[in-house]
Parts: sequence; structure tokens; C-alpha cells
Amino acid sequence: MSSLELKELYDGFRDPEVIKGFQKLIAAEAQKLPRTINIMEVCGGHTHTIMKYGLTQLLPKNINFIHGPGCPVCIMPKERIDHAYRLAMLPNVILLTLGDMIKVPGSLGTLQDARSKGADVRYVYSPMDALKVAEENPTKKIIFFAIGFETTTPMSAALIDIVIKRNIKNIFFHINHVTVPEAMELLIKGSDNDHCIDAFIGPSHVSVISGAKIYAVFPEKYHIPVVVSGFEPVDMMESIYMIVKQFNEGRSDLEVQYKRLVNFEGNTKAQALVEYYFEKVDLFKWRGIGHIPRSALKLRAEFAALDAEVIYKEFLPYEEINDHKLCICGDILRGRAKPQDCSVFGTACKPTSPLGSCMVSSEGACAAYYKYGNLI
Amino acid sequence: MTKTVTLAQGNGGAENAQLISEIFYKQFKNEILEKSEDAAIIDGGRLAFTTDSFTVSPLFFDGGDIGKLSICGTCNDLAMMGAKPTYMTCAVIVEEGFSIKELETIVASMKKELEINGANIVCGDTKVVPKGAVDKIFINTTGVGVVQKSGISSNCVSTADTIIVSNEIGKHGATIFANREGMEFSSDLKSDCTSLWPLVEKLLAEGIEITAMRDATRGGVAAVLNEWAKQSKVCIEVQEEVLPVSDTVRGICEILGFEAYNLANEGTFILAVKSTDANRAVEILKTFEAGERAAVIANVTHQYDGRVILLSAWGSKRFMDLPTGELLPRIC
Repeated sequence: MSSLELKELYDGFRDPEVIKGFQKLIAAEAQKLPRTINIMEVCGGHTHTIMKYGLTQLLPKNINFIHGPGCPVCIMPKERIDHAYRLAMLPNVILLTLGDMIKVPGSLGTLQDARSKGADVRYVYSPMDALKVAEENPTKKIIFFAIGFETTTPMSAALIDIVIKRNIKNIFFHINHVTVPEAMELLIKGSDNDHCIDAFIGPSHVSVISGAKIYAVFPEKYHIPVVVSGFEPVDMMESIYMIVKQFNEGRSDLEVQYKRLVNFEGNTKAQALVEYYFEKVDLFKWRGIGHIPRSALKLRAEFAALDAEVIYKEFLPYEEINDHKLCICGDILRGRAKPQDCSVFGTACKPTSPLGSCMVSSEGACAAYYKYGNLI
Repeated sequence: MTKTVTLAQGNGGAENAQLISEIFYKQFKNEILEKSEDAAIIDGGRLAFTTDSFTVSPLFFDGGDIGKLSICGTCNDLAMMGAKPTYMTCAVIVEEGFSIKELETIVASMKKELEINGANIVCGDTKVVPKGAVDKIFINTTGVGVVQKSGISSNCVSTADTIIVSNEIGKHGATIFANREGMEFSSDLKSDCTSLWPLVEKLLAEGIEITAMRDATRGGVAAVLNEWAKQSKVCIEVQEEVLPVSDTVRGICEILGFEAYNLANEGTFILAVKSTDANRAVEILKTFEAGERAAVIANVTHQYDGRVILLSAWGSKRFMDLPTGELLPRIC
């Protein structure tokens, strides 16, 4: 896509007149709502859009957002970051991971700290960049610290596929891929009457891969509407409008607003690749939420020769580490509190020195509130 | 602060400011240093004095090289204080094994840029270090300039001023990112690396009432505006849709999750001028290639003193925060 087309795409989806148009439609529809409704945007990208474009400032008071757990960096528990840190500090290792991950502190420090102590830590934009690093450093062990939701999992699977097919001997994997629906389901079950989740805005890019089908359970079993939305402000305003309409019409349906990229089945080729290399773990700890059954993936046993968690087992710490005592991220993720309700928000806990999960990446709710101010 | 120095502390943003104030200012503290201007004003206001060290990867990038950068950077800091760049020093630390041909190219770029500024290198130093002791070549330049217009200061921005940006923003940062290993973009993007003295000279000659100027290098436009808002205790309200950003820079920002106003510039500066002079200043800037897309971008108010606010075209507002940490591409 050339830059000109890109610009046209973005201008269209950020058109002030269209945004204002949806603002009016939502206002008219929201007048008919019998009570305040709580919409959870599951994905951190959506949290970012809401705050960056100031969308809450355009909405009536009876539409409330609960900012969900959908930022892969934020939910990574300290125990796993400590794994990455320990692996990075091993001699002869180059640790690769994706962008933001290197900023997040575990109990030993961040990967940036490891790097400043001499570890070779690099970020890659695409997992495929690992191939080049491995080729240029044949005597080093390249460990890819794989993170992300359904969106990035297929890229890790594709890299594993190439490593096996080309018989590359110096790339290994530490897998931390998590899955969205299990966390959504846990949050519904954990919510009480005052803080119930009335509707979900479904993630954009997760859904491109997995298809909208993974959310079918929410309207069917829990009668909660789901609208899969794009990331642009116009996308989100339209999705909010679709949700409010569902309420007023007494429906709870699975709808796709992000039709330009998402369908019901998703990318079945990517799904098959993921299924081939990965299986569910029994329990995975989400920072700020706790253990969620079957909410993450690991390499299947037959690929253990590539699994850094197996190979370096003796070097990795396994003690449980508690979240910071003053941190209320768990309540924020469940809709029981907003970032500014936290006693350490913006003081002891800032993006440069985060205490809790929601402050660690720009897609976390606290970081977005801190950065953009949530001005009214 | 962290126990060891991290790359994030060199980003021109919040961590960088903390490192400087808690380590360097703490010891070196004096009245001139504490003004935190682009260049120190010395000798009873007659001279401007500044220094800068240059390390860039890659050394040769679209639109310039480390040599051109090392002269532009220091001369621009002088120009931002209304001073004409005059005398300069050049200190080079070069790694054993570095190509003589490349060294010649770098020094030739320096000479060309010195001519544009009308400045001369009057003393220098060269050190060759063993392989691995530096990354190829580091250059430091120090500059002395003669102040042509006194009183320009980032501590004096007031509600009587209007804020202008001299050209499209984010081009240098986006170019360096696109030129880095591992980022395979094809684009016509070039760094904005350029000497700003000719533009400043013209503005002064035309009698524009300039309150403050600063080139938006590391940390970008957001860093400059935040510093001004804090130092002058005002609120700067930026109209988001008038910020000049090229389509290519915007495209790169969209893909990587960056904001153009956080990206470095090497030939783009921010001005606070008396509001009555704002339109005339923009017209003057536009007569230069390096000022083709000059625009008024912000007003100064007291709505949130010490903060910069971005106003969207649909009536919402948010903080334009100081960039934090290393610039890292988004994950998904």
C-alpha cells in the first residue's frame, strides 16, 4: 500500500464530520437507555484509541467503559519476565522479543536493565528477523521470547515452522502466547451486579486471525452483546452505536463492525499452524488478574528440543511473586475502579516506574490515562 | 533512578531530563547552566556558547551524514539563541579500522555546512581508539556565536505569543528508523538535517518579535513544547490537524505506533513570536525550502499551566506528553 492510499484510509476513519455524526446518533440512542451501561473494550489498542482520540469526552454519561486486559505486555506476570531476564543473562545468548516488552520490569529488573548490564537483548519488529540474527551469529543461541495474543501467535508458529524445515540449530523459543476468550469469560464470572459487563467491544487484530466465532459464546451463553471493532475512532464510534442499539432493541448479538478485515471463521491457515505447534497450558498467571485456566499456549511436547523453558529449566525461577500491595489493577480490569482511584497513580506508579500491569505499556489503561490525561 | 545507565535515559524525554538534573546539574549547578537554554549566553549577553556530541547509526542516511549533522546541530543551537555561528571546535573519536574514504566524506560534509553558516573550525582534537571502544566514529563540536538579538529565552513564553513550527515534523527520526537494520521500508523519505541560521537571520532582519526558539531535536516537538510550558508556566494548546506531517512520516508512524511529534528533527524548529507577527513570520519561513510547510500550530493560555494540550478536530482534547523511554515499535 502506498503512503497516499494509507493517508486516505486514515483520513476517512478519522473524519471529524463522521465522528461528530456518530456522536449525535449515539446521544439520541443513549437517551432511551434505562440505566448506565458498562462496555468493556477488551483490547489495549482500543483503550489507546479511546484515550488518544478523547472518545469518552464525546459520549453521554450513561455509557461507561471498563478497560479490559487485552494488552499482552501488561498482563505478562513478573515470573515470566524474570525468565526472560535470566535467559538474557546467560552467556552466549541473544534474547529477542517484541517492542515494548523490553521496558517492563519483573522482580529482577527490565530487559533494558539486563542489556545495560551486558546482556544482548534486541527487539524485532517481526519474529522472522530472528532468522537473520541467527545467521549472523552462528555461535550464539538465539532465544525468542514470544509474547502476544492470537494476533502474534501465528508469526511465532511460522518462525518455528521455518526453523524446523531448514534445520536451524540455534533458534529457541520461550512461549508466552495468551488467548483472549478465557480471560473475557473469567471477568464476566467475577463481576458483580454493580460492576457488570454489559457488552464487549471485540479486539480487532485478534479477530482477523481467530475469526469472530471465538466470541459466539458470549451472546449465546451469557446474553452479552459483542461488536468486533476496528481501531480507528470512526470504527469505535460506530461500534458503540451498534452496541447501544442492541440494548434498545433488546438484542444480544455477535456483530462485526470491522468487516474490512474480520469474518466469522478468521484465517484458518494461521489457526492450523498454531494448532500444529502449540497446545494449551493448564493454568497461566495474568498480571493483575491471577491464574486463568487454559488461557495460554506452550510448545507441544514433540518440539521440546526448541523449547527454552525445557532446555534451560534449571536456570529459571519458579517462585510465585505477588503483585504490588497498593496496586489496584485487578479492580480496574474488573471495572470496579478507574486509574485515578488508585492511591499511587501518577505518583509512585508512572510509566517510567510502573508498579502494576496497567501502567507498563502505552496500551494499559493507567498508562493511557496518565499519558492523555482523561480530560473532560 | 536506575542503578545503571539505560538507553532510555538518552532519549531527550523524561528519563533523560532526570539523569541530567540529578547527576550533572546537581554538581555543576550555576546560574547560566540552570537557564537550560539551547546555548549558554555569556560575556554579558554578547556571546552564545554551546556543545554537542554526535553518534548516529547509520552514519550515512538519506538527507545527510554524521558530519553534516555535527555542524547543523551545534550551529542550530546557537541560531536558536539569535546568535550567528562564528567559531567552532571539532573533536573526533574514531575506531581503528575506520575507512579513510568515509572519514574524508564526513569531513567534507562538515566543511560544506560550515560555509552555509559562515563559521570556521578554529581548533580540534583527534583520538583513534582500539576496535570496539567506540561504535565507528563519535564527533563533538562546540560553537561560539555572536548574539544578534538578545532576550530570546524559553522562560518567557506568554499568552501574547503564538507558536509556529518551521516545517514538516518527524522526518529525521522517521528516516533514521527506516534506515536502521531490520526495518525494511521503501520510501522517498529524507532527513530534514539542515542549517537554520539563514532562516533565523532573515526573521531577525525583518524585525519579527521572537520570544523563544528551539530546534526540535531528540524528543521532537512534544519535548520542546513541554519544556516551554513548564519553564514559562503556561499552557500550550496545539491544534492537532494543523501540525504539518508528511504522508510518508505519517505512514511510518501508523505502522510502528509512533507520534510524529515525538520523533527527532534536525532542521525544524519551534518559534514563539508575538501573535501580531505570527502570519508574517510564517510567510518569511515559507520563502525557504527548509520552511516550505511552516505553520501556526498553537496558542498560549493558562488553562492547564505547565502542560501541552492537543485539540482534536472533533472537539476532544488530551495531553501531549513528554515522550518516555526508548522509542519501540508497537507489538500488534
